[in-house]
Amino acid sequence: MRAGARAMLHRLRQDPRARWAGLALIVVALTVLPFALEASVGRTWVRIIDLALLYTMLALGLNIVVGFAGLLDLGYIAFYAVGAYAYALLASPHFGVHLPWWLLLPMGAVLAAFFGVVLGAPTLRLRGDYLAIVTLGFGEIIRIFLNNLNAPINITNGPQGVNLIDPITIEGMSFAKTNTLLGISFPGTHLHYYLFVLLAMLVMFVCIRLQDSRIGRAWVAIREDEIAAQAMGINTRNIKLLAFAMGATFGGVAGGLFSSLQGFVSPESFVVWESITVLCMVVLGGMGHVAGVVLGALMLATLPELLRHTAAPLQQQLLGKVILDPESLRMLLFGLALILVMLLRPAGLWPSPTRRRELTSARAPGTL
Amino acid sequence: MNMGDLSVHLKTAVVGVAAATALALAGCGSKDEAIKIGHAGPLTGPVAHLGKDNENGVRLALDEANAAGVSIGGKKATFSMQSEDDQADPKQGPIVAQKLVDAKVAGVIGHLNSGTTIPASKIYHDAGLAQISPSATNVTYTHQGFKTAFRVMANDAQQGKVLGDYAVHKLGAKNIAIIDDRSAYGQGLADEFEKAAKAAGGQIVTREFTGTDKTDFNAILTSIKGKNADLIFYGGMDSQAGPMMKQIKNLGISSKFLTGDGGQTAEFLKLAGDAAEGAYASSPGVPLDKMPGGKAFAEKYKGKFKIEIQLYAPYAYDATNVLLEAMKKADSTDPAKYLPILAGITFQGVTGNIAFDENGDIKGGSISLYQAKGGKWEYLDTVGG
Amino acid sequence: MAIFLQQILNGLVLGSVYALVALGYTMVYGILGLINFAHGEVVMVGALVSLSVIELLLGANLGIPAPLVGVMALVIAIGVCMTLGFSIERVAYRPLRRAPRLAPLITAIGVSILLQTVAMLIWGRRYHTVPALIPPTPHTFAGATITNVQILIILVSALIMAGLMGLVHFTRLGRAMRATAENPVVAGLMGVNINRIISATFVIGSALAAVAGVLVSSNYGIAHYYMGFVLGLKAFTAAVLGGIGNLPGAMLGGLLLGLIESLGAGYVGDLTGGFLGSHYQDVFAFLVLITVLVFRPTGLLGERVSERA
Repeated sequence: MRAGARAMLHRLRQDPRARWAGLALIVVALTVLPFALEASVGRTWVRIIDLALLYTMLALGLNIVVGFAGLLDLGYIAFYAVGAYAYALLASPHFGVHLPWWLLLPMGAVLAAFFGVVLGAPTLRLRGDYLAIVTLGFGEIIRIFLNNLNAPINITNGPQGVNLIDPITIEGMSFAKTNTLLGISFPGTHLHYYLFVLLAMLVMFVCIRLQDSRIGRAWVAIREDEIAAQAMGINTRNIKLLAFAMGATFGGVAGGLFSSLQGFVSPESFVVWESITVLCMVVLGGMGHVAGVVLGALMLATLPELLRHTAAPLQQQLLGKVILDPESLRMLLFGLALILVMLLRPAGLWPSPTRRRELTSARAPGTL
Repeated sequence: MNMGDLSVHLKTAVVGVAAATALALAGCGSKDEAIKIGHAGPLTGPVAHLGKDNENGVRLALDEANAAGVSIGGKKATFSMQSEDDQADPKQGPIVAQKLVDAKVAGVIGHLNSGTTIPASKIYHDAGLAQISPSATNVTYTHQGFKTAFRVMANDAQQGKVLGDYAVHKLGAKNIAIIDDRSAYGQGLADEFEKAAKAAGGQIVTREFTGTDKTDFNAILTSIKGKNADLIFYGGMDSQAGPMMKQIKNLGISSKFLTGDGGQTAEFLKLAGDAAEGAYASSPGVPLDKMPGGKAFAEKYKGKFKIEIQLYAPYAYDATNVLLEAMKKADSTDPAKYLPILAGITFQGVTGNIAFDENGDIKGGSISLYQAKGGKWEYLDTVGG
Repeated sequence: MAIFLQQILNGLVLGSVYALVALGYTMVYGILGLINFAHGEVVMVGALVSLSVIELLLGANLGIPAPLVGVMALVIAIGVCMTLGFSIERVAYRPLRRAPRLAPLITAIGVSILLQTVAMLIWGRRYHTVPALIPPTPHTFAGATITNVQILIILVSALIMAGLMGLVHFTRLGRAMRATAENPVVAGLMGVNINRIISATFVIGSALAAVAGVLVSSNYGIAHYYMGFVLGLKAFTAAVLGGIGNLPGAMLGGLLLGLIESLGAGYVGDLTGGFLGSHYQDVFAFLVLITVLVFRPTGLLGERVSERA
């Protein structure tokens, strides 16, 4: 039976019409999802998916640095912060400047890329775990500066954060309100969802193309053996900086989107723990594999919320009272999940096929 | 894509379906006729004890209302609370706010920190839902032009002003050192204090900074010692203020110590131990035992929850009651109907007289001052109100 | 001058604690090449366990003199932490010895979260006050004050460090540890039981963590479930500063980090006219680290890690 099913699946995948049908199905599902969620479990889930999509972009960006190029970055959230604040400062009453989003998102991306190069440059000679602590340090430095640059000149408004950030507006349609289009009412969360899905897919597309490009192969070469890569004529310095810059770009874009979604940013959102969470998403999902990383991000961003919504009522129904409050349960399961997934599938939940072959065929010592 | 990937797909799909089922089941669980009042605050994390305290205050108010048998819109009203944990995280604030809006609560008491209250207020405003914060003191919260945002305690501008004045005029401080914990609350309060102290004629010898996760303040305290300040003002919470007092005494610093409502807690006295002696702190409102209903409230609270009031429970209690009062007066739980009533209401609560100004701030908010003596907070004075 | 001396003392006390915790990080890294993220949490467990023991013994009113209560609490805390360290290694790290390098890092993060949550469930979310078993009488000399507990911290840390150096350089176990750190495969061929040595390393590191936890909680008088995270990060920074895998490096890094933080917080404000100040105190340490690493990429005293292909 299995052989039969496999053969049938194989044939389906080859059949172009089946592939288009499958694609159409996915597109329809994605389009209808926010309405389905709102009708069944509430709009709050659309908002959660919105944030999950942002995390997906972050994870894809970090995947370039950690997964493709093998550079352990524990301070990635700094680029998110840079993008978020760039957007916030230039689209709010803070400076009285209100630039449009389609200008600010690319600007945020470029600024983040610049920071990526600045942060990457001193780390080029560093190996593995030194890199980790230095990038962590950089992440903290950015956050601390954002938190304190409110005196003598008020640049970032310090711990108060920046408020009343302009929402995205397309054709006069503000993403902060519910708008009616073609007779259907689209609440702000849904509009954000569509934009984020489109951008996330764009990011995925870029990552997949990068993976197959010369740069992508250069990254893999550096990841596997830097000295050999240099011997093959790869300019490791520029390639590494490119990894940092590209990864940072996606973080910067996601940051700008975060600002416009929340309407408020403060340095509290960009702590070390966030960097660690994004790293967990990448490694748990399947480091270096774009699909795996997306899976990891979506899972780690939504499962805790799922727990929060179900843990208390479930315990109530099954046991009559709540023994473990949802938050503690959430943290417990998160910790356990990290441990168990790594013990059972150390390459991640969905590693790239090449990876899995590498790991199961030979005992590769000392590779990332 | 090979068989192995397919099995992973299947596994993922199974997990997804299971999760969705669980979610649906959980959603089906609670369908009752009670009027839901939402509460949002940190139920986990470093200030969880304060979030729980607020929740207790709301619960007490709702239980009493249920026992007293309130009728709204011609029907007997039963109230239930939906309490959500925002972890004091600005990102979680809007998420739990959306959750409460989706759950169609009639009103929200929350959040605790200004950092979560401000972003969440946007969600409540967009949904037209009334939000009363029992403890967020950041000025921005009520200055966003939201007609749904209220608070029942004096904000940082009022508190900072009173403290600055008090420090210079009543405590006779000439050289003042200011420390803040670089949080939205601490920095906001410290800035207001600095303005008021300077206006009153005091000299600020230095501004030092720490963080909400720090326990070692020796370096900044030593630096302050070298500048011979006669008063140290701390803008921050009890979890830092307590150890800070200890270190001040250990370093042999004899300056007076003044802090805001974040430090005016039983926790501060416990953490600082003997070193707390002589510390000054302020708190909005009047002390519980100076209010006619205050002592009774404290006893009710202790009797029900078996622990002492932490800090803001009386405010959460009053906030809930003023919300219920507005609903009663409007004879409806529809925010569109009771919000205008709430904006103009006058209500006698355990914390004092509650009436809101055009921003949603409490009118005539009073600030009381206390001094730690013999392991207890001794009431000194009330300003304003 | 008195202020300067005080800041130096502050830095030494802070640094001694960092050094103690950094030793645990560096030992594990030297042998396994693994950043043991959960190490900070072991410190926290040590502090909370000793607190519970103290509260139990004092509450039972058995008339045991306070210093003895402290010693008993310390011993029990060490025991618990050693068991904890041993279990963590066996359950979470040993199966991943041949896995991709990032896998044990993620497991370590998972263990860290798990320990924090369990601690939160057992001990609650409050900040606990640690009773002062040794009266923290301040001693003053040359205008600077230092309490009994702080003197104890510096002394105990110094003694432990000396002891550890002695262990590593003058005992068979130490020789085996150094051999494993240098090249585990060859050490195994020479008859060293690698698994036992690795376990021993974790156990010793955890014992040190327990001592650090007890000292820290006694010094500041508080303990809570989140206290290990930031301490762990700082200690790791210290270990890297000194040269990871390097015992004297960890000690040097720890002390240096403490001094930098202290002097930085105390003086940078004045030196830059208030532009930078104590609000950037966390930044100084990182900036120094980055500068050092730019010029000496393997830390101040160089690194000693096993040969990895």
